[in-house]
Amino acid sequence: MSELDKLERFLHTDPRDAGCEEAMAVLHIYVDLIAAGEDAAGRYPGVAAHLLACGPCDEDFTGLLLAVASE
Amino acid sequence: MQAGDLDEESTAWLRRLDAASPERRAAERELHARLVRIALAEVRRRAASTPVTGQELDDVAHQAAGDAMLAILGKLDDFRGESRFVTWAYRFVILEVSSKLGRHYWRNPPVELDAGQWERLPDRFGMDPAQHAESAGVLAEVRRIVEAEFTEHQRRVFVAIVVDGIPLDALAAELGLQRNAIYKVIFDARRKIRRGLVAKGYLDEPGLERQ
Repeated sequence: MSELDKLERFLHTDPRDAGCEEAMAVLHIYVDLIAAGEDAAGRYPGVAAHLLACGPCDEDFTGLLLAVASE
Repeated sequence: MQAGDLDEESTAWLRRLDAASPERRAAERELHARLVRIALAEVRRRAASTPVTGQELDDVAHQAAGDAMLAILGKLDDFRGESRFVTWAYRFVILEVSSKLGRHYWRNPPVELDAGQWERLPDRFGMDPAQHAESAGVLAEVRRIVEAEFTEHQRRVFVAIVVDGIPLDALAAELGLQRNAIYKVIFDARRKIRRGLVAKGYLDEPGLERQ
C-alpha cells in the first residue's frame, strides 16, 4: 500500500456523483429498495456514487436503513 | 398517488393521520413515539463522532423528533408512495438529527472555525512526511494549491473540513449554507488538487477521472 493511497482515494471524484441534495431527496426510496433486497445502486448509480464519497449523507443512509430495520 | 397503489400499512397511516380522522390524535402520538425512539437510537449511534454528550444529546433527539413530526404533518400531501410511509417519515427525523448535531457542535467545539491546523494534515491521510520525502512534497503542493489557487471561500471551506476536521453539517450550520453547497466546494477542490498533483508528477494521469 502506497503512502499516497488515502490521499488518492480522497481526491478521486466520480462524475456520476449525484450530490447531497439529489441523494437525500430519494433516500427513502433507495433505502426501501435495499431493505427489499433490490438493486438500489443499479437504479440510482448517482446516489450510490455519492454515498461512497460523502460521509454525512452516508451516515444518514446508514441511520435510515437501521431505523427501517428496527421496525 | 392513489391509495390503492400503497402498501396496507402506509394506507393505514395516511387514513389515520387525515385531518378528519377520529384516530388522528392517537396516530400522531404513535408516530411521535416512533420518531423519538429512532432519534434517540440515532444520536447514540453517532455519539462517538460528535462533541455533544449526555442530556444535550437526548435533548437533540427530542427536538429532532418534534421538528420532524411538524414537517411530516405539514408535508403529508407530498408523500407520493414511492416508498413505505414510515421510511419516508423516518427520513425527516434522521435529517433533523444531522442538522441539529451540526448546530450543537458549536456549543463546545473541539476545533474552532479557521483554526488552520495544517500540521495535522499528514495524519488525516495516514502520511508520514518525516519518513517519506515524496509525502512532504505532495503535502506542500496541496497546501500551495489551496493557498494560491483557491478563492477565499473555497480555501475557508477546505481548511475547515479537510485540514481541521470540522463536521460538514457543523460548517454548513455556521456558514448558513446547505450541506450540498459545502460538498460541492470540496468536490471541486478535490478535482483541482488532483489536477495540480498530476501536473507536478506526483500522481498518474490515468487516475484523473477514473470511471
